Amino acid sequence: MDLSVDVQLDLHRRMVRIRLFEEAAGRLAESNRLPGFLHLYVGEEAVAAGVCGALNDDDHITSTHRGHGHLVAKGGDFNRMMAELMGKATGYCKGKGGSMHISDTSLGMLGANGIVGAGSPIAVGAAFANRYRGRGQVAVAFFGDGSTNIGAFHEAANMACALHLPIVFACENNEYGEFTPRDKTMAITDIVDRAAGYGMPGVIVDGMDVIAVHEAAVEAVERARSGGGPSLIEAKTYRFYNHHGVQNLGLKYRSDDEVAMWKQRDPIFTLEDRMIENKAATRDQFDAIWAELRADIDTAIAFADESPYPTPDQIMVGVYTSMTGAQ
Amino acid sequence: MADERKLAYVMAFNEAVKQQMEADPNVFCAGEDIGAFGGVFGTFGGLQARFGADRVVDTPISEQAIVGLGVGAAVTGLRPIVDLMFMDFICVALDQIVNQAAKLKYMFGGDAVLPLTITTAGGGGLSAAAQHSQSLEALLCHIPGLKVVMPSNPYDMKGLMTACIQENNPTVMIKHKRLLGMTGHVPEESYSIPLGKGNILRPGKDVSIVAYARMANEALVAAEELAKDGIDCEIIDPRTLQPLDTDLIVSSVKKTNHAVVVHEAVRFGGLGGEIASQIQELAFDYLDAPVTRIGAPFSPVPFSPALEQHYIPNAKTIVQGVRDVMARV
Ligand SMILES: Cc1ncc(C[n+]2csc(CCOP(=O)(O)OP(=O)(O)O)c2C)c(N)n1
Ligand SMILES: [Mg+2]
Repeated sequence: MDLSVDVQLDLHRRMVRIRLFEEAAGRLAESNRLPGFLHLYVGEEAVAAGVCGALNDDDHITSTHRGHGHLVAKGGDFNRMMAELMGKATGYCKGKGGSMHISDTSLGMLGANGIVGAGSPIAVGAAFANRYRGRGQVAVAFFGDGSTNIGAFHEAANMACALHLPIVFACENNEYGEFTPRDKTMAITDIVDRAAGYGMPGVIVDGMDVIAVHEAAVEAVERARSGGGPSLIEAKTYRFYNHHGVQNLGLKYRSDDEVAMWKQRDPIFTLEDRMIENKAATRDQFDAIWAELRADIDTAIAFADESPYPTPDQIMVGVYTSMTGAQ
Repeated sequence: MADERKLAYVMAFNEAVKQQMEADPNVFCAGEDIGAFGGVFGTFGGLQARFGADRVVDTPISEQAIVGLGVGAAVTGLRPIVDLMFMDFICVALDQIVNQAAKLKYMFGGDAVLPLTITTAGGGGLSAAAQHSQSLEALLCHIPGLKVVMPSNPYDMKGLMTACIQENNPTVMIKHKRLLGMTGHVPEESYSIPLGKGNILRPGKDVSIVAYARMANEALVAAEELAKDGIDCEIIDPRTLQPLDTDLIVSSVKKTNHAVVVHEAVRFGGLGGEIASQIQELAFDYLDAPVTRIGAPFSPVPFSPALEQHYIPNAKTIVQGVRDVMARV
């Protein structure tokens, strides 16, 4: 498949937006301006961008604790995202959810999730509803390698296949679950091996190559949309920062060499180099894109800073559709 | 001097585990990130280095199988400690906890022995939002077959954890995340605090405050404030929530004639309701005012610190609760 320059630039833009948002969040967290946990997506941008670039606006995705990238890739608004991370009333979740629960149902983004594995069954439900309504929408479950060790993933994969649903399982295999390497928690090397057990096709892609991810995603999404059932994509990728927070070197569970090796394969710079080499774009063009999006981030930080915190009377708002009963 | 030694809450937990592992080769630990990494809260730090990877086991992210591992190993003769990183994750393992661990003995006609300890970390105050901040102890206390402890200080932590490991029934040890760094006197030698025995944290004559885990400490602060107004609070920390030391609570209320029950959990359906009923049934004639319950509002734990600080009860809300009870005389 030869991707048009426009598509390549679109994927690039999605990745840069994720990178800039995450780096900004990291800086804010370092200066103690973000409450709570922060799981950064830096390094894995090609997965969210490549997959979401294959989706329509009304397709659904479920996400993980590492969810900012998925929302950005689905078109998330920087202002509302940044405000949410700061716990402000103008945030996506009005300050109720924060980083780990960031969501935008109008973009089909059904939430980051604090419970590992919990997103996959929800994606199955969205896929079911999509087929039920018959509007040709599909659902994508993003999930980590570690989450395939939990029952919820297996039940979701099996049910999706048994019901032949329009769904794509998109695995971000970054080789670690928190601080424990994959080989300590499973006896297989490739998550894709699990697909066969449920009767769905699975492919491994280079998760640092957004074009490769995108091509696999287009195929899987087309299969789902045309009634061909579920598929699994395993993207081999890596998180540049620690499980949470912004430390990247000197971690006791992985070597600095390993980090450096993966950083050399930076998904954004890889794409830029390739496009420049292919004369599909110029350095100046990329510089302009970065500058433009950086300005958006600055705007978002200012917006979030100036936004008010939610007031205590908001605690009870939004528990139910209309508040009745217990207190 | 050895008995002056101070230790953090988290290290009191660690020391109890270490001493019991030394004493009993059947004790082993399993959980996510507890081995090489020592646990995300440092609770299991250094234990794998000391006892090896066979006895301090890093598991997959598989809460149901982690508790199941504990149930199966316990019923076949080992003494497992299985860790669920956050209390919220008990929900992922609830079948193994509620339908298996709690009930096997009874269903087998009393034959099975389950010396299983489930450890986890509960409570809010870290802007960790709705799935990492809950206080779900009432859920567990409602299940016949389980014992549930929630220590409020390092001394109790070590004694209760030791008791949990030595106990021949399934126990759930709930650490409070905001107490991990709290330091206090902890003897070096092994000791245990009997499960089901509460503690008078502060003697007083005017009002009984029943509070546990982090709220026991907030109650202590509140008591100092109230003392300035001449209100003398007695603080009862049940320490074990199941079985509950009803005798201690009731005898205190019979003396003070006023009771306030405090927990961080949602007020509706929380353990405070049970404690208030027990007081009402057993000390009705002694009460000068209805028992007051203080707990969180009926909503999930909000993320924003601007909301969470108003959501979780604290010394201030306890002071207010006590004043209200005293005003109703
Ligand atoms: C049910 C459950 N168990 C444990 C955790 C704690 N936890 C949060 S993220 C994580 C690792 C997840 O690994 P993986 O799925 O590979 O995603 P990654 O962090 O690598 O993106 C763990 C164990 C959790 N949030 N939920
Ligand atoms: Mg991972």
